[in-house]
Amino acid sequence: MEIPVLTNISFEIPEGEFLALMGPSGSGKTTILNLVAGIDRPTSGRVIVGGTDVTTLSESALAVWRASNIGFVFQFYNLMPVLTAIENVTLPLLLTKMNKKERAERAAFALEVVGLGDRIHHYPRQLSGGQEQRVAIARAIVSDPTLLVADEPTGDLDKKSAEDIMDLLERLNKEFRKTIIMVTHDPRAAEKAHIIRNLDKGELS
Amino acid sequence: MITILVFVSVTAAATAMSRKLSLYMRRSVVSRPVTFLLTMGGISLVAFVCAAVLMLAQGLEKTLVDTGSTDNVIVLRKAAQAELQSQIDRDAANIIESRPEIAMAGDGTPLATEDIFVIINLLKKGTGDMGNVTVRGVGPKAMELRENVKITSGRAFAAGTQEIVVGRRIAENFEGVAIGHSLKFGGALWTVVGVFDAGGSGFDSEIWGDVNRIMPAFGRPVFSSLTFRLRDPGVFEALKADIEGDRRLNYLELSREREYYRKQSGIMADFIRVLGLVITIFSGFGAIMGAMITMYAAVSNRTIEIGTLRALGFRRKTILATFLLESICISIAGSVVGIVAASFLQLLVISTINFGTFTELAFGFDLTDDVIVSTLIFGFIMGVAGGFLPAVRASRMNIVNALRSS
Repeated sequence: MEIPVLTNISFEIPEGEFLALMGPSGSGKTTILNLVAGIDRPTSGRVIVGGTDVTTLSESALAVWRASNIGFVFQFYNLMPVLTAIENVTLPLLLTKMNKKERAERAAFALEVVGLGDRIHHYPRQLSGGQEQRVAIARAIVSDPTLLVADEPTGDLDKKSAEDIMDLLERLNKEFRKTIIMVTHDPRAAEKAHIIRNLDKGELS
Repeated sequence: MITILVFVSVTAAATAMSRKLSLYMRRSVVSRPVTFLLTMGGISLVAFVCAAVLMLAQGLEKTLVDTGSTDNVIVLRKAAQAELQSQIDRDAANIIESRPEIAMAGDGTPLATEDIFVIINLLKKGTGDMGNVTVRGVGPKAMELRENVKITSGRAFAAGTQEIVVGRRIAENFEGVAIGHSLKFGGALWTVVGVFDAGGSGFDSEIWGDVNRIMPAFGRPVFSSLTFRLRDPGVFEALKADIEGDRRLNYLELSREREYYRKQSGIMADFIRVLGLVITIFSGFGAIMGAMITMYAAVSNRTIEIGTLRALGFRRKTILATFLLESICISIAGSVVGIVAASFLQLLVISTINFGTFTELAFGFDLTDDVIVSTLIFGFIMGVAGGFLPAVRASRMNIVNALRSS
């Protein structure tokens, strides 16, 4: 049985904007994020990101597109536990033509940007939750994507760490002109965004 | 050859495709040392059995094939499978020995030996069981003809006497065969005067004496075989056609000595191989199941990681190749351990009945390049069979569902 999650949704996000998607659980926030990020497909309709209709891309083309256009920030960080911070951050660069030295420099720079320049050889288990999320953000920005999608980036963090992460996302938006779509339940986190949209029962307001 | 090509190309393709995630793969394997070692252990046991069986068959073949020399020709009665069933009368032997194609010994006589092949019973050391042993009556040129046979202690038997010499394996495995001891067979007492080493060949499991004393002792009026050296190995086919076409000799058949012993080893080596293959394949299924369970568990434990990698842009084929290569690596590592363990079997000597002659034959495990390659290929097959379905599952995982499993 097919259960419609989102119906008649239409919205645009200008480049360089910071949008927060709010709404109760099960309202379809993450589904919107997944559609925009090209990891899910709508049954009908179009999703155009940076001029590309991602719904028309093949599975393989979509993987290539994601690698160069999307940076993911997950609620539970989703770092590879067997890799160090810099090795985790290097992962997206393995899909580019960069050589080893360039990759290492770029990953180290991304970790500097998120304030973890002194933790590059630490494994995720050796880092705090906030630090892990910073590594995840460094991984999201390292290949210089046009769009960052963040699903409850502060959902697993204490208040102080959550504030730090939101400050970092705000800085990435302002200084590095990253377009950000963030799903959150946290009104304080949403305050950092320029646009706040609410989703309820599949309808956007 | 085709199997090797498949082995090399699949591994190379999987390595190339998973190159981007090679560090992740290596660390993932090392991060689960107990699971890795248990799976590898299971595979190494199967590889050990596989290598051991192949080494045994190879050892048997080598022992028998080495018994023959490439330049020597053995003459048997047509349709005789072995010397035991063969008969050659003196006239026929004399006619053949007078052929100009036969090489000459230093004393100007033909480099040939007429042999009689009989079986006696001796008491095996340690077990108290009796074992069949070959007694070969040989001509005076036997040692010169069979260059791999050397007296290592004592001396050669003297022609026209009841003296015998025993092969190294006989001296090691049977009671009462030390130099100076006497054996009773063929209604007479035979004194052991020497021990010979035949370089690990089948002669090591024989007792030799003077053919002209052993024949009457067993009441045999005819020889079992005639072996001679060719002056020019290239004339074998012509000589064979000539002799087998001669009305006086057409009940005989000529074979190159090495080919004759190769055929002798065939029945038993094939038996060992088939039996071993059946055991290996059945135990292999167990190891494949073990590898499959390990890999399914690895995929299941790493669902979120797989979803994340796919979200980051890694393609299905990269994920598939990474998990497949992980399974192949574990299997190959297990196979290498199995081969190393099996290599120690070379220190052992097996003594068993040779189905061709029904006598005891001692042989060792022989680790050859072929055995190593075959075992590695078998390990590779176990790795692919155990890893393929879990790898497909990993690669076909829906990204959203995989990420949601957190």
